[in-house]
Amino acid sequence: MKGNLLSGKKAGTFLLNNMVPIMFIVIGGIGIVFSGFSGTAIMNEMMTRLSRNSFLVISLLIPIMAGMGLNFGMTLGAMAGQIGLIFITEWGIVGIPGMVLAAIISTPISILLGWWCGKILNLAKGREMVTSYIIGFFVNGIYQLVVLFMMGSIIPIKSEILLPRGYGIRNTVNLIGIRKCLDNLIPLKIAGVSIPLATFILIALLCVFILWFKKTKLGQDMRAVGQDMEVAREAGIKVEETRIISIIISTVLAGYGMIIYLQNMGTLNTYNSHNQIGMFSAAALLVGGASVDKANIRNVFLGVILFHLMFYVAPYAGKNLIGEAQLGEYFRVFVSYGVITLALVMYEMRKKREGREKGEMLAEAQKEAK
Amino acid sequence: MDNMTPVLEVKNISKDFFGNQVLKNINFSMEKGEILGLVGENGAGKSTLMKILFGMNEIAETGGYGGSFFLDGKEAKFTSPFDALDAGIGMVHQEFSLLPDFTTTENIVLNREDRKKSSVLSDIFGNRLDTIDRKAMEKNAIEAINKLGVDLDEDMLVSQMPVGHKEFTEISRELSRVGMKLLILDEPTAVLTESEAETLLMTMKKLSRGGISIIFITHRLHEIMEVCDKILVMRDGVIVSNLDKDKTSIPEITKAMVGREVKGGEGNKEGRDIEKLPDVMKIEHLWVNMPGEIVRDFSISVKKGEILGIGGLAGQGKLGIPNGIMGLYPAGGKVTFEDKEVKLNNPDWCIKNGLAFVSEDRRGVGLLLDESLEWNVTFTAMQAQNKYLKPILGGLIKWRDQKAIEEATNKYIKELQIKCTSSKQKAKALSGGNQQKVCLAKAFALEPKLLFVSEPTRGIDVGAKALVLEALKKANKENGTTIVMVSSELEELRSICDRIAIITDGKVEGILPASSSSEEFGALMISAGKALKKETEK
Amino acid sequence: MKKEIAQSSVKEKIKGFIDSFGWPRLIIAGFLLLLFLVAPLGGISILTSISDVLMRFGMNSIMVLAMVPMIHSGCGLNFGLPLGIISGLLGGTLSMQFGFTGGVSFLVAILITVFFGTLFGWAYGVLLNKVKGGEMMIATYVGYAAVSFMCIMWLLLPYSNPQMVWGYKGTGLRTTISTEGYYLHILSDFLKIKIGNLEIPTGALLFFAFFAFLMWAFLHTKTGTAMTAVGSNPTFAKASGINVDRTRTLSVIMSTVLGGIGILAYQQAFGFIQLYMGPFYMALPAVSAILIGGASVNKASIPNVIIGTLLFQGIVTMTPSVMNSLIHTDMSEVIRIIASNGMILYALTRKSEAK
Repeated sequence: MKGNLLSGKKAGTFLLNNMVPIMFIVIGGIGIVFSGFSGTAIMNEMMTRLSRNSFLVISLLIPIMAGMGLNFGMTLGAMAGQIGLIFITEWGIVGIPGMVLAAIISTPISILLGWWCGKILNLAKGREMVTSYIIGFFVNGIYQLVVLFMMGSIIPIKSEILLPRGYGIRNTVNLIGIRKCLDNLIPLKIAGVSIPLATFILIALLCVFILWFKKTKLGQDMRAVGQDMEVAREAGIKVEETRIISIIISTVLAGYGMIIYLQNMGTLNTYNSHNQIGMFSAAALLVGGASVDKANIRNVFLGVILFHLMFYVAPYAGKNLIGEAQLGEYFRVFVSYGVITLALVMYEMRKKREGREKGEMLAEAQKEAK
Repeated sequence: MDNMTPVLEVKNISKDFFGNQVLKNINFSMEKGEILGLVGENGAGKSTLMKILFGMNEIAETGGYGGSFFLDGKEAKFTSPFDALDAGIGMVHQEFSLLPDFTTTENIVLNREDRKKSSVLSDIFGNRLDTIDRKAMEKNAIEAINKLGVDLDEDMLVSQMPVGHKEFTEISRELSRVGMKLLILDEPTAVLTESEAETLLMTMKKLSRGGISIIFITHRLHEIMEVCDKILVMRDGVIVSNLDKDKTSIPEITKAMVGREVKGGEGNKEGRDIEKLPDVMKIEHLWVNMPGEIVRDFSISVKKGEILGIGGLAGQGKLGIPNGIMGLYPAGGKVTFEDKEVKLNNPDWCIKNGLAFVSEDRRGVGLLLDESLEWNVTFTAMQAQNKYLKPILGGLIKWRDQKAIEEATNKYIKELQIKCTSSKQKAKALSGGNQQKVCLAKAFALEPKLLFVSEPTRGIDVGAKALVLEALKKANKENGTTIVMVSSELEELRSICDRIAIITDGKVEGILPASSSSEEFGALMISAGKALKKETEK
Repeated sequence: MKKEIAQSSVKEKIKGFIDSFGWPRLIIAGFLLLLFLVAPLGGISILTSISDVLMRFGMNSIMVLAMVPMIHSGCGLNFGLPLGIISGLLGGTLSMQFGFTGGVSFLVAILITVFFGTLFGWAYGVLLNKVKGGEMMIATYVGYAAVSFMCIMWLLLPYSNPQMVWGYKGTGLRTTISTEGYYLHILSDFLKIKIGNLEIPTGALLFFAFFAFLMWAFLHTKTGTAMTAVGSNPTFAKASGINVDRTRTLSVIMSTVLGGIGILAYQQAFGFIQLYMGPFYMALPAVSAILIGGASVNKASIPNVIIGTLLFQGIVTMTPSVMNSLIHTDMSEVIRIIASNGMILYALTRKSEAK
């Protein structure tokens, strides 16, 4: 009897804690039914999207561990990755070597941007997220300055990726040289579903890295800093440095993630590709059941699958349901923003509730003492 | 090592904060395995002394200290708490310094985690990329817990622990350090239940047998008597007695703590007969949930026109009383003011019905630091009583009356001698004493019938202190304002109050006329009575 | 001796002035001044430029003014401005749908805007009271979520005015709707002054002045004073008997309504109602404008609004034309992005303001 009651209560908390993923399973399910897609088509699409986005989403994990919330500044890394891609396209280096070189070029840029971003965020403790968000906009301005005005004029670029006026990169850069080169490196097809095995191996390696990182001294320090900066400082942990490192790692990973993302897409929208990446990655992570202060690898994969399932089927479902594909498109945008809003509100409210509970617990403890 | 060398020897330590002497000629020494009890009223200088021993930055930032101290015969010069830790001093502060989502083990070895052999990555990027060795960490933690001799689950998250276990986790953390020889415990039993406190005392004895010296700060004298070998009593920055446990008694310690043989015990000798005055406020079974200052069951009648003092040690709940009645913290019980029942948790009602409150938290509650003196003085009266407003369109719009505001502010600036450049100056630009006067002006502008003042002289200089107390007396005498004054400084209470209630554990321990002797108050404050009773029971 | 003191105090005063004004503002003001100085070299008429700035001032200033109440009550920068803009869009489109034209359509639009603004603002305020300390990030996403939700609504709501809906299917609002025949230039052309190249949109400026006056007056009333105190120190306000949550909600309602009226003023000058993703990025220019004007995350005044809008719109108008004529490159967009977001970053990271 008691066991029943307990398990009932447990089920209740389970539902409450996993409200967002469950909601998305329902939305996705309805969407699949009305979209009229075959299982294979959906599986294919999901495989592609999973391989394309997971790396980027994983790059958000480490700042969350360090208590800095969702790193909307990951767009900085995305921009660094794009700069790497622009250069290899200019130099005509194709295939895997091209990707590796792009990654190598992006690394120092990411480190520099991440370091600067971390410095700024240390000045804005308690409002890291909104600050990292604005940093994304600010650096986007710098990025445009470099790519649109300096490339070709100050930075030597000659090939046809330049605008006809002689400087500045075109709006779209064709990445034909590295298109799907990683995805198709180890071809694999199971029951009509093609699986980009090499990409998944890389993602798996990153997961191993994250799991290993959590076990290192630095990972332990980040968890400590994330819980209470003052206690960590008293114990002798270099709080500011640790926070900066977490942002640097996130930025560098986001750069690599962007390169993987774009090799799958095959074209680079020079001035747009990076803009929405932060939002989509954050939304996917949150859909997977993560919160602003707790996230793990399971949240990443579950989130990418559920979020992109919704994203993929919504326009078709909208078309079949109401005869308006546009409606589905707006719906998925609304859901993306809505889910982030919901997660942020729940996080802030829980923080407040915890503060209150602390006081009540104290009162309770003192009452008992009496 | 020479057995004769004391573990700690303090020689002539003195300290002043910008001319304000808080420690004078402190001398004492401790042997290996000794437990030293350190007692004294709030503000006697205990914390400052400990901060010096522990190398806290605050000391260096305020100009360092005079004298010196020696550990095992070597002079110690600490520039940060980390130096003190390295030298074998551990300190457990009143506030827990623990990470809620870490286990006992993780907290005990925080930033001293054992590491496995370095990997390739850590060779390149430095040793912060070594993986940590959970097994070794656990072993060390268990070792420390065993040293302490308590039952502590090494895998439990701190957030799920009872308060006592948190305390033990902190102590274990200090014990797990290599070469730990002196442990400072700052009021460790204040937050513990009785049984937890018993356990702690037992473990302290065990530690001392194991050769660790302990400095034990507490207000509970029976605890001191139970575990300490030596007792230091501090008052006003000096050590007034250095007592041997076996040759002293609780009454003697009490006397040393508060008994100042000063000119006839400066009680208020105006000798007003307040017993005949009618009641103005009746407080029955008040409880207040103010963290750190919880009021449990407080009842008293305030007489019309008196100055009632409320005293007691820190954390006993005296501050919770005005904060609760004025609606700043959740409160319950029954309070009647002039035959009306006070609406608790409703500041607006209180102010509108003639109550006012000068908070102990000047910067947090008392002032609009970024606004002008004018605003600070007049805001509350404007909002609650519609003063300093000009009606426009037949009262539809209530316009701020700048002229009236200026006049009122300047009046109080003059009356209370607030030092400022003009009534437009921002509150944050004033000194502590002048800020306090602004807070008083704010309360006076309400023309209250009953005024609560909480720690009115905390952190302000002597001149301002006298002025503030004088202003309160004057308001009481000339306007007949009933005043309830909460203060940690007994002497201050005795100098202006008619009678004083001492609060212990959120309840009235006793009410005495202000002319009673310091010893009588002291006995109430440290609940020596209770402790004595307990001893006889045993 | 005395002279020395006087000198050093002058020095200190200048230093204090720069400190309080902030170097980013000085750079921006200096940059704008430079633009005006070099403009004649590129053959640009200063008077035309000033006219442009004034016109844009009339278009944008009320949206900047909408920042003031929430900053005063301590809710921070209103990144959720799009919510207010949506109430303005509803006001404009509904007024047109109901068949009002000319000046009446503008008045009706304002009335409907006030209604929706109050409704949305109230809900938004209640939400923000639950998330004290994290308002700005949540405001941003509330704005985005609202905009994308309304995208669905613009398609579904039963609008039928042929000037507004898609011609080929007769339902769903168009992306941009002309205000011609309704309230196009209703303010800008009112008492318009034209001297040579200089055009002053008197009506629009008066319209702003009216709301600025209302705001100024409000801040001098009892309730306005309470709002400022709530922002300055909520605990102090609570101890003085103020209902902090209610005051904050009121400020959010005011910000939201002003945002709606602001977009109406924008539309009448611009000539079009921009729906769908139109309001998406409208918060950032307003936020940076008031910061450039000297406001901080928790302090703002009417002069901040005026100076900020003039400087911001000055940069927006002057950079493209001057840059184009001098170096034949349009870097203005990039400069605007860097300057405005840099300004916001500066405000967010000021130590004294980080709580």
